[in-house]
Amino acid sequence: MVNSGNPQHLVVIGGGMVAQRLVEALRARDDAGRYHVTVFAEEPRAPYDRVGLTRWFDEGPEGIALGDPALWADPLVTLHTDRKIESIDRAAKTVTDRLGHVHRYGELVLATGSSAAMPPIPGNDLPGVFVYRTIDDVAALRGWVEEKRRSYPEGKPVRGAVIGGGLLGLEAAGALTALDAQATVIEFGTHLMGVQVDLGGGHALKRLINGKGIGVRAETATSQMKPHRRTGHVGRLDFADGGRLDVDVVVVATGVRPRDELGRAAGLPIGERGGVVVDLTCRTEDPHVWAVGEVACIEGRCLGLVAPGNTMAEVVVDRLLGGLAEFPGADTATKLKLSGVDVASFGDAHARTEDAVEVVWADPVAGVYKKLVLSDDARTLLGGVFVGDAGPYASLRPMLGAELPGDDPSAFLLPEGGGSAPGLELPDDANVCSCNSVSAGTIRGAVTEHQCTDVPGVKACTRAGTTCGACLPLVKKLVDTELERAGIEVSTALCEHFEMSRAQLFDAVRVADLHSFSDIVARFGSGTTADGAAATAKGRGCDICKPVVASVLASLGNGHILAGEQSTLQDTNDHMLANLQKDGTYSVVPRMPGGEVTPEGLIVVGEVARDFGLYTKITGGQRIDMFGARVEQLPDIWRRLVDAGFESGHAYGKSLRTVKSCVGSTWCRYGVQDSVGMAVELELRYRGLRSPHKLKMGVSGCARECAEARGKDVGVIATDKGWNIYVGGNGGQTPRHAKLLAEDLTSQELLRTIDRFLMYYVRTADRLQRTAPWIEEVDGGLDGVREVIMEDSLGICADLDAAMARHVENYEDEWKAVLEDPEKLRRFSSFVNAPNDADPSLAYVTERGQRRPATSAERASGVVIAGPKLEVRA
Amino acid sequence: MSVNELAETRVAGEPTAPSRWERACLLTDLFPERGAAALFGDVQVALFRLPDDAAYGGHAGRVYAVQNLDPFSAANVMSRGIVGTRGGEPTVAAPVYKQVFSLATGACLVLADKTPKDDLPADLVTYPVEVRDGVIHVGLP
Repeated sequence: MVNSGNPQHLVVIGGGMVAQRLVEALRARDDAGRYHVTVFAEEPRAPYDRVGLTRWFDEGPEGIALGDPALWADPLVTLHTDRKIESIDRAAKTVTDRLGHVHRYGELVLATGSSAAMPPIPGNDLPGVFVYRTIDDVAALRGWVEEKRRSYPEGKPVRGAVIGGGLLGLEAAGALTALDAQATVIEFGTHLMGVQVDLGGGHALKRLINGKGIGVRAETATSQMKPHRRTGHVGRLDFADGGRLDVDVVVVATGVRPRDELGRAAGLPIGERGGVVVDLTCRTEDPHVWAVGEVACIEGRCLGLVAPGNTMAEVVVDRLLGGLAEFPGADTATKLKLSGVDVASFGDAHARTEDAVEVVWADPVAGVYKKLVLSDDARTLLGGVFVGDAGPYASLRPMLGAELPGDDPSAFLLPEGGGSAPGLELPDDANVCSCNSVSAGTIRGAVTEHQCTDVPGVKACTRAGTTCGACLPLVKKLVDTELERAGIEVSTALCEHFEMSRAQLFDAVRVADLHSFSDIVARFGSGTTADGAAATAKGRGCDICKPVVASVLASLGNGHILAGEQSTLQDTNDHMLANLQKDGTYSVVPRMPGGEVTPEGLIVVGEVARDFGLYTKITGGQRIDMFGARVEQLPDIWRRLVDAGFESGHAYGKSLRTVKSCVGSTWCRYGVQDSVGMAVELELRYRGLRSPHKLKMGVSGCARECAEARGKDVGVIATDKGWNIYVGGNGGQTPRHAKLLAEDLTSQELLRTIDRFLMYYVRTADRLQRTAPWIEEVDGGLDGVREVIMEDSLGICADLDAAMARHVENYEDEWKAVLEDPEKLRRFSSFVNAPNDADPSLAYVTERGQRRPATSAERASGVVIAGPKLEVRA
Repeated sequence: MSVNELAETRVAGEPTAPSRWERACLLTDLFPERGAAALFGDVQVALFRLPDDAAYGGHAGRVYAVQNLDPFSAANVMSRGIVGTRGGEPTVAAPVYKQVFSLATGACLVLADKTPKDDLPADLVTYPVEVRDGVIHVGLP
């Protein structure tokens, strides 16, 4: 139903994670466009993943980006950043922002979240005392630590303390460690993470945290923070037990306080411990004012976790659209990795249920503590705590409140291989993804009813696993089971001719040392009999497997791609060494390494384009593309380009395209390294390397990143100490930002790292799989890739290095080789019985001073001004 | 002497009686498993020579001719497609959007989620081919 009237105006105060969820849910469900939503954020940025704040150090703002940025471009969504709301007038139904602008609302949602609480410890206002809540907090903390380090002699550590041993405190301690500062956690209670974890778990956690070099002082009250005598900065913590700790920086993480001041001033009821009181529909006393997330006091308390906040957002959206949803109660299950330590808890972790039974498995040596809380008959699962190994969490948490199968619940806690836990068959209503409230039934439905056949498909369809990702192993298990049940075989076969995946075929060809398609299909094609003899009906390949075999042969170094039988495997782009366009002509791209070109080179390109009537355009990869070349023209065009010193740009290949660069330190006032020089070196090193998909690289001369290197498969960014390398970025249909692989490499180390990264990708990626999804599929993800290529965990680095050395050594310009070989040149004729006749069906019109193919309508109406032979000159 | 050299008449696809036979090229002008276009007036034909490979079964060593016009892009490019087999049938894949056609019958076997451009028929027209004394002749309507 399409709403004929104007959309109602929904105003959301607050730009945090829950506000983002609310807008996402509204745009996903409000098909009729009943609401226009305006979000007022106090911070000067779009919502980000506050839970993952520590990632900001490694990955920058992109590392904690939340959701699809396109959300904020939706015409029914307006986001005002850096625009705090100062007051609400409920009678007039308006809000006033910090600039004094008044905005009307039909419905109002308070999503103001919390602020970090500052306990009344004397000295808490000294310079060097921080809270840990926003990007600005984290940035200020980093600035402080770096400043302190600079002021110290080399080697003297920056000493940090964190007051508060809860979830946030441990995050902050991790952040200090990431900044190379010492960290000591001061906890008032008996143990770390007292809300989520019991005493036994707390002890295990302490040992593990100590193992990461972080100190822990439990049962310690801080009585004051003392300034340093000379600097006046915070310098010492004094404890109630008489102990002291010298410090350079203090992070206070003792809790949060709901930001309920707007609600208070507007006369809305406030909970005993703060928070705007709402009912189970998340509505306040005012029927047009709602509250969600940490500011909402629901069932008598405020909840400081994102999952219940998201649930509230979904409830409000449902209600706004006329639904009857109610808050189902808080799921306080938590799973996180703190400084590399797995911690998870759910349900009644402290066994407060009457007569509850606890089953504990602890291995202090390995630093593992696991506990199940069960009903008095030891059958119904009431809760659990996992420290050091959260493996069982994903499958057990959804069983909360259900009977566990089997006789021995301890089987679920034993390490893998130490016993076999009975298979868990989740009930359909079991909540698998608590962030997005997705049940096992919904995930099964995605396979059975919506024809999803893999985890990415199910994620897109159900949103399961799209927030924190902790449930993904379980989602995968459910999807696999359901596919199996539905009789859907997840085949990795390339096509009917090869049952292998590309990676398997690559290995097979390499190990068997085969060099032709005929040999490969005879040996490995499907239909091969058990003894390896050729079966009769195995076919001769197709448009899917032939280019794959061509790419494998090229990557393994088998001479020119048009040599002998190899030429029959090439897609038309590789066969003509040019890019096929919609009218059957081709485009030509000479290589311009690093985007560098001489004036003489530009003149030659211009003359060639003019003389052959080619349409010219600058590509996204810093070079020039010339369109409209006919097959019989290609050798003449290339003869002139090669004579002028150009070579193939491989724009047609699944291979290295360009290495984009900024101008770097040679000209730029800010550049710290020679990015153009590095880009040229990389482009010349990897030119012609055939790969599963096209490859792009970028080199930026400083952190300003003008080459947009993080949008490339391999991005290199100069630092004052060397080069940072990022991998797995791409533009296109599914844009990805590259992730940091290694920092401050020398030029030599950089080349070696890229050599191995590319060769590992070339050997193991699937057909047409770009680097980003490939990295996701490598065992262990980016960490797994790092282990293989930087720590040589598979022992293949020498082999990868040798393979790349062979590639570099054997490179030849494909076009030059064609021009020197009459047999290869014979392929470039328009008609076998009229080799130099132009295709008479080509037709062009002029637009903006250049020619372009005529459309069907233009052909029909006869406005075409030029046939193939008439070359248009500007 | 290969199978191709036999003076025997080889007819591909539906046997429509040709009104004229045109000389296209020598058999050896064609690269096995790689097409070539031929121009007869305003008719463009794509020629394909299959190798003497058992995988092509009864089609091994034959020459096939189909229209050069790709119905899905309306560009004259069929001769530049990849040759192969689907379930034993010799095929060519359109180089623009990768539809797959039978070389023997011209039938479109794989649509690849596309519809033909400008209401063109999805199947290719086939032309009879004769190899006489090493010269390829194409029968035109």
